[in-house]
Amino acid sequence: MAEKMKLEIVTPYKKVVEVEVDEVTATGKLGEFGVLPGHAPFLTSLRIGELCYKSEGALVSMALNWGYFEIKDDTIIVLVETAEYADDIDIERARAAQGRAEEALKKLTPEDKQFKIYEAALERSIIRMQVAGKAVRK
Amino acid sequence: MASLKSIKKRIVSVKNTRQITKAMKMVSAAKLRRAQENVVAARPYAKKLGEVLQSLAGNLEGDLHPLLEKREAKKLLLIVVTSDRGLCGGFNTNLCKAGERYIKEKQGAFEQISVMTVGRKGYEYFKNRLTVYKNFTGVISKPTYQVAAKLGQEVIDGFQEGEYDQVELLYNSFRTVMTQDITFQQLLPVVPEEKAVVDEAPVEYIYEPSVGELLAEILPKNIEVQLFKSMLESVAGEHGARMTAMDSASKNASEMIGKLTLQYNRARQAAITTELMEIISGSESIKG
Repeated sequence: MAEKMKLEIVTPYKKVVEVEVDEVTATGKLGEFGVLPGHAPFLTSLRIGELCYKSEGALVSMALNWGYFEIKDDTIIVLVETAEYADDIDIERARAAQGRAEEALKKLTPEDKQFKIYEAALERSIIRMQVAGKAVRK
Repeated sequence: MASLKSIKKRIVSVKNTRQITKAMKMVSAAKLRRAQENVVAARPYAKKLGEVLQSLAGNLEGDLHPLLEKREAKKLLLIVVTSDRGLCGGFNTNLCKAGERYIKEKQGAFEQISVMTVGRKGYEYFKNRLTVYKNFTGVISKPTYQVAAKLGQEVIDGFQEGEYDQVELLYNSFRTVMTQDITFQQLLPVVPEEKAVVDEAPVEYIYEPSVGELLAEILPKNIEVQLFKSMLESVAGEHGARMTAMDSASKNASEMIGKLTLQYNRARQAAITTELMEIISGSESIKG
């Protein structure tokens, strides 16, 4: 399978990634999915989660915030608010954020406006630690 | 003619001013470069998001999203993006004046017009003229996406709760270092752009979840991105404007120094001549 896809990950600050990849998996709104070269045009939104791509044999994973994913003609464009490589993640900070969010969630009810914000914060911190954990294992 | 001493003093003071304006110009030039990079870096994101939005809006059937809904426009919110600091020529004043003119024009058409300002200068301008609905200062010098997101959320909340029916954004967009364009942009309700006629058949996407749900997620993001972009552009424009203003200030100072030096030398020469005359006439009288 010589075919490859082009992957572009763009945040409001910069273009984070622009590589040729063999395979991408990401967490969509309705669950995890993977794409291979030759995929039909597809557009979905991403939730806070992990994105993995395989490029030249190496498996790279990243922590993503809200975004959306588009594939067309073997070109993948991912627009996200933040995208971090495992090495860039500050585990201590993520752990602290998790603690804060859990603390706040205990006091709130799902009706509160703040609830969703902290829920998202919690999810982010968990994903960050999950991705960062992979980097250590490598 | 002014005394030698006082001219000398003025020369020194103008020289000091020139030093400051020159330094400010240098600082602005450096900041401008970074701000410009930020604008360029944010463009692909904004562009791509816009494209997706268009393709989604084109495929939308059935009920409209609340942010697309056109209500009878009674209450207008104008968001004015200015800088926190002055000394950048007409950058803020021109923008604020344009905003005021715009409000006067529209006063008949709307029952209520409120202003939201981003940046201290705009707030100071409008607070004595109109009631400022909300004000954000201290955020513009280093615009982050978080700030834009917070702003966007507030705007959307207000719109959905019916505090205003139309939201317009006013900012200086960055064209070149020398020029900034005063830009009005309607933020809400979202106006789908006129669709360009495309020859090729539109690509049939698989949407997951449905188009409506995707749109509901992307529309608010688009507002945030637009705000973010306007803030970045405004910052780049501000530094550009300050650089130009400071450059001309330095030039004026140099010119002034030249003039004053000329005056100083003339005064000096006149003083010497008088002194000489006095000496000569003194020695003449002794001889005689």
